[in-house]
Amino acid sequence: MFDRRLIENFDWGFVALILLIGSMGLVILYSALTAGQDAGVVHVLFKKQMIWMGTGFTIMMITVMIDFRDLDKLNLFIYVLCVGLLISVIFFGEIGGGSRRWLLLGFVRIQPSELMKIALIISLSSVYSTSVSQTGLNFRKLINPVILCTIPFVLIVKQPDLGTGLLLLLIAGSITLFVKVERKVFFTLAGVCFAAVPLVWFALKEYQKLRILTFLNPDRDPLGAGYHIIQSKIAIGSGMLTGKGFLKGTQSALSFLPEQHTDFIASVLAEEWGLVGSSILLILYFFLLLWGLNIAYNCRNMFGSILAFGVTIMIFWQIFINIGMVMGLMPVVGVPLPLVSYGGSSVITNMVGFGILLNISMRKFSSK
Amino acid sequence: MTEFNKNPDREWIKQRLIGASVCVLFVFAVLFFRLIYLQIIKGEEYRLLSEKNAVRLKSIKPSRGLVFDRNKKLMVDNRPSFNLKIVREDSGDVEETVEKVAKLIQVPFQELMDSITRAGKGAFYKSVILKNDISREQLAIVEAHKFDLPGVHIDIEPTRHYMHTKTATHILGYIGQINRKELKSGNYPNVRSGDLIGRYGIEKSFEKYLRGKRGGRQIEVDANGRTIKILKTIDPVAGLDLNLTLDLDLQKTAQKLLENKEGAIVAIDPDNGDILVMASSPSFDQNDFIGGISSKKWKALMTDPGKPMINKAIQAEYPPASTYKIITSFAALEEKHIDVNTTTYCPGFFKYGNRAYRCWKKQGHGELSIIDALAQSCDVFYYQAGVKTGVDALAQYARGSGLGKKTGIMLENERKGLIPTSIWKKKRYNESWQGGETLSVAIGQSYNLVTPLQMAVLMAAVGNGGTLYRPRIVKTIEDSHGKIIKKIEPQITGGLPASKETLHIVRTALLKVVQGKRGTARGIRLKNVEIAGKTGTAQVFSIKKDEKIKTEDLKYSLRDHAWFVSYAPAQNPVIAISVMIEHGEHGSSTAAPIAGALIKQYTQDLSTEETLTE
Repeated sequence: MFDRRLIENFDWGFVALILLIGSMGLVILYSALTAGQDAGVVHVLFKKQMIWMGTGFTIMMITVMIDFRDLDKLNLFIYVLCVGLLISVIFFGEIGGGSRRWLLLGFVRIQPSELMKIALIISLSSVYSTSVSQTGLNFRKLINPVILCTIPFVLIVKQPDLGTGLLLLLIAGSITLFVKVERKVFFTLAGVCFAAVPLVWFALKEYQKLRILTFLNPDRDPLGAGYHIIQSKIAIGSGMLTGKGFLKGTQSALSFLPEQHTDFIASVLAEEWGLVGSSILLILYFFLLLWGLNIAYNCRNMFGSILAFGVTIMIFWQIFINIGMVMGLMPVVGVPLPLVSYGGSSVITNMVGFGILLNISMRKFSSK
Repeated sequence: MTEFNKNPDREWIKQRLIGASVCVLFVFAVLFFRLIYLQIIKGEEYRLLSEKNAVRLKSIKPSRGLVFDRNKKLMVDNRPSFNLKIVREDSGDVEETVEKVAKLIQVPFQELMDSITRAGKGAFYKSVILKNDISREQLAIVEAHKFDLPGVHIDIEPTRHYMHTKTATHILGYIGQINRKELKSGNYPNVRSGDLIGRYGIEKSFEKYLRGKRGGRQIEVDANGRTIKILKTIDPVAGLDLNLTLDLDLQKTAQKLLENKEGAIVAIDPDNGDILVMASSPSFDQNDFIGGISSKKWKALMTDPGKPMINKAIQAEYPPASTYKIITSFAALEEKHIDVNTTTYCPGFFKYGNRAYRCWKKQGHGELSIIDALAQSCDVFYYQAGVKTGVDALAQYARGSGLGKKTGIMLENERKGLIPTSIWKKKRYNESWQGGETLSVAIGQSYNLVTPLQMAVLMAAVGNGGTLYRPRIVKTIEDSHGKIIKKIEPQITGGLPASKETLHIVRTALLKVVQGKRGTARGIRLKNVEIAGKTGTAQVFSIKKDEKIKTEDLKYSLRDHAWFVSYAPAQNPVIAISVMIEHGEHGSSTAAPIAGALIKQYTQDLSTEETLTE
């Protein structure tokens, strides 16, 4: 079952890159945890993250073994399964932080909205791989993709988890634009989005509106998000060229930063390792993304190409939104930094994504 | 499938992927330049800010809503309090500083350290309370030594002031510091450790209205933590004011009448269920709780046999005694076991089974019908009526009259009392109901338990023609500009299970209790106002048949409880009152005069008000 050619084609470089970023992430996480928690808690959380990383790595290797072209055939099944999980969250989900996001399956707590990202990318790739054309997609060909996006989006927003819902739309939108739509379709869609803004505005919760307003004008909420952004900017800026040194960050040690081991972890890196450290991480991320796009470039199968692009763009949006946020370029939304932020769901989802990329890379010569 | 490799589509997709790579490059360039801007161009500035940890948040406490009585007289106010705080980050050697403070203001060092520990680890740059509400003398000393005490500062914050000590204590309640468990419960959003929350009475049940919204300031501080510059301010929003249904003057009178006694008084406006008076004795001083009550005082309150922390009007349950004859009358009349003309001969006892049940009047009442029997509280008449009606039918009428269930007043820990039935006894004691017990139930001396509030609601309904109201304690909630935010409307919960005729009979009898020649509460008659009421004497300890003990010789704690429930004026009542005096012995001698005095004051107040407005 295992072709020797597959092992020869295995993308060791990509794995090395992932391990490099992952190790860097653990170092930063250790510092961020130490600053904000008691020693015992640090130990427990750090160990937990190590276990997640290990589990994620294993899942990545399992994902590698399944031929990605099987995903094409199974796409509807995977999609329906994930939507099923999302629906069962409504009934059996655990409540945390004011929303129902998690599902307890035996010992593991999973977040179906995370898995949904992968499932949607697979389904869209499958649909687009047959309908793609150089002239772009017309309205009729967009009906199925729109339905595919709308169902999970509504379910996720209902949890409510607007952040993940919008991320899902961003990913789906990027893939759609990548395979190209007709010019008139593009402008119509742009027009619809524009017109939908006021509608969406009314549907938003009070605190969500406040966040967007705060992003547009941080002075609006000087005691909440505005303050966090200021503290985050102070942390990053005070790192200067070479940083204050490992475990020597003062902003983080005095817990000026909120959620410093999850959403604001990049500020800890920038404070302690300075421009040098942050640039290294940025460059590693940049390579990671280029590598992903290159896998898409070399794949001889349309489904594989689009799938590789989709997974890469998923990673891209997370990086951009998170780093943009801590530097005050984006509103304060809870999107974790891939391979660095603490949290199991995000590690697993991204590892599955990397597994898919490795998978495609390994089988790039197979066209059928 | 065509060979994708040679497919022109593949070349095209490759072109698009190159485009995508350029986009990614562009975005990363933006992120990179942002980094350079923050870390290199602005780096120096941010480094300085971070070294000083100069930008701080300081919260501004909102002032809690005020509480007024029904005539807009202020009952609960706010006053400025001086709260001593410390920022550990600015303090250098924290223990040394705290020791100095302890010496200066003469407070045990450990007490101050405990209050720091309570704030938890982390947040060194945040203000932690050392001691709330210090005196002006302490304030002066701390201010004088300000420069020896780095990191120590004093915040002037609004705190509660209960204007009339020991008045309506149990209704107003008190406030106290939120504890960790409550913080974690998630029931108190926007409340932080160290904040005061309502812990009792309306302070607790109306917490979310009274609380207000915290404001805050972004400030820049110097190395000693002193404010250099206020960067931004968000003003706090004051809590909402409550307009109660209480009548402050009448409440004060009630409280005075209860002095040195144990018991409760409830007065209700029969037209809408408004609580005019709710007093419970003994009481406590709410102002003791403000800076945190001392453990000595707390212990004293908790061990006091008079149970000052209990609101006896709603939390204490007493046998209703003869006041329950109102219910027995409803049941017997409505079930047609007796009518207005049915007479019974009372020889002073009633033989049932092989036992003689005594009437309180040894020589007997002679021949009487229901109106005289209720007016003179003849036990024998009601033994008979009870036997005919049966315990379960009695219970049904009691429940219909609002007994045995909560009245729904918006205060915590209301008790529902107890109305026994045969099924209840089977469940509770696994014994079947004895016929003799029905006799005791009929005169309110068995397992039955009621609260003073329930009896007041019942009397209000008898007085107003049969409508049971949910007792209302807060009329309106308004903001500090006087705009009404919420109106709590009177709420009808049901009607008495009594026809017009039945009610008329009972009302005639209740009037005779006070105004009749042989009424049990003749002593409280007033010149201008006719009062209707019913006395009751609840046995705490039953004297055996043959023993001859004068009740005055009994130990205090074994003496009977005294009830008087009433409404006035009898024809068109404006007030319904229930008075319970623990160990007061006779309803007629201890409880009734209290009701009489309150009715006198209230009806006079009303008539002077009317002449004034005319």
